[in-house]
Amino acid sequence: MDLLGSKNVMAMEFTDQNFDQEVLKSDKPALVDFWAPWCGPCQMMGPIIEDLAKDMGDKAKVGKINVDENPDTAAKYGVMSIPTIKIFKGGKIVKEFVGVQSKDMLKEELGKL
Amino acid sequence: MEDKTYDLIIIGAGAAGLTASVYASRYKLEHLIFGVEPGGQMNEIKSIENWPGTISISGGDLIGKMIEQVNNFGVQIKSESISLVKRNEEGIFEVETGREKYSAKAVIMAMGTSYKKMNIPGEKEFTGKGVSYCATCDAMFFRDKVVSVIGGGNSAAVVSLELADFATKVYLVYRGERLSAEPVWLDKIAANPKIEVIKETNVIEIKGQDKVEKIILDKAINDDKTFLEVDGVFIEIGSEPGIELARKLGVETDEQNFIKVNLDQSTNIEGVYAAGDITTGSNKFRQILMAASEGALAANSAYKKLKL
Repeated sequence: MDLLGSKNVMAMEFTDQNFDQEVLKSDKPALVDFWAPWCGPCQMMGPIIEDLAKDMGDKAKVGKINVDENPDTAAKYGVMSIPTIKIFKGGKIVKEFVGVQSKDMLKEELGKL
Repeated sequence: MEDKTYDLIIIGAGAAGLTASVYASRYKLEHLIFGVEPGGQMNEIKSIENWPGTISISGGDLIGKMIEQVNNFGVQIKSESISLVKRNEEGIFEVETGREKYSAKAVIMAMGTSYKKMNIPGEKEFTGKGVSYCATCDAMFFRDKVVSVIGGGNSAAVVSLELADFATKVYLVYRGERLSAEPVWLDKIAANPKIEVIKETNVIEIKGQDKVEKIILDKAINDDKTFLEVDGVFIEIGSEPGIELARKLGVETDEQNFIKVNLDQSTNIEGVYAAGDITTGSNKFRQILMAASEGALAANSAYKKLKL
């Protein structure tokens, strides 16, 4: 197993432009953290998402989408509170959480898929 | 389990825990600090204007400085959440996280408080779908919409003003007769044409299809309606302490679940100290300044017990 390789995985930046390709059409489960720079709890979530991306390696796509710069996607999925975390599989939402979540819990949820 | 027994374990990394860590480092107490949400409730403050020596600083920036100061002594915040604290026969505290066990001679509990919930129908269901506990985070989703704020204290007042920058209308619904916010906020609310204060009224239910559409009131207001059509509900009714760990250890609390502390921040359990919003200390004046000062005092008391 390429341990070093998986440790280098970084959280992805999703956008209104790449959301369809990277999230909806992803062949792996994708975890999306809806955030904005002015939101304190989102700042707490940032490092957790980075760690989670490293831990998941190539088993899932883990990334963030800035709702300020990408309002269309946030609106499409009815995001009215941040941080909101949604897990997509096969183009559909399978799980969603509002507020700061622990890495262990998110990992467990991704592990179930 | 680590073999090492630390001098001190600090649980919580808000203003109280971070300050306790700085003092503990200066006293050369070997310690760990745990915090799943570093900075705690400071994270949600847009602007702090009463931190001495600073005209205005955001919660995030102040946290950054506090964490930097902690790190500067070679201490890193551990983000594991703690499931149990117990005291063994030798009086050593065993602190368990999901996958590790640590031990220490003393513990400072600084877990802070979390938002109080209304516990009314619709609140949980619509959290993230119009119900919010963080206006700084979510105000932008309510641009040109109608919102309600529930509560009557300072945070309800500040949040109403924050939301008035985005929303077309803000109903501030309060169960009491008079808002308890500071006069400086009351003046601003009175002067803001978008804010309508509804007193002596309780919100009893939040309704909608996929998202919030209205709140149901316990009595009729304008035009004999017992509801208000709103897109958002911001709940600002205060906070309650995160007390589970303390309770399992047998730490004494008052009737509102705040940890009872003595003047030196000690509790009824020898070796357990508490600091910050979670305690009955500082006359329950919940300020960052008070939390920091209780954290310093708790570290000082632990130092006196362990080293002097």
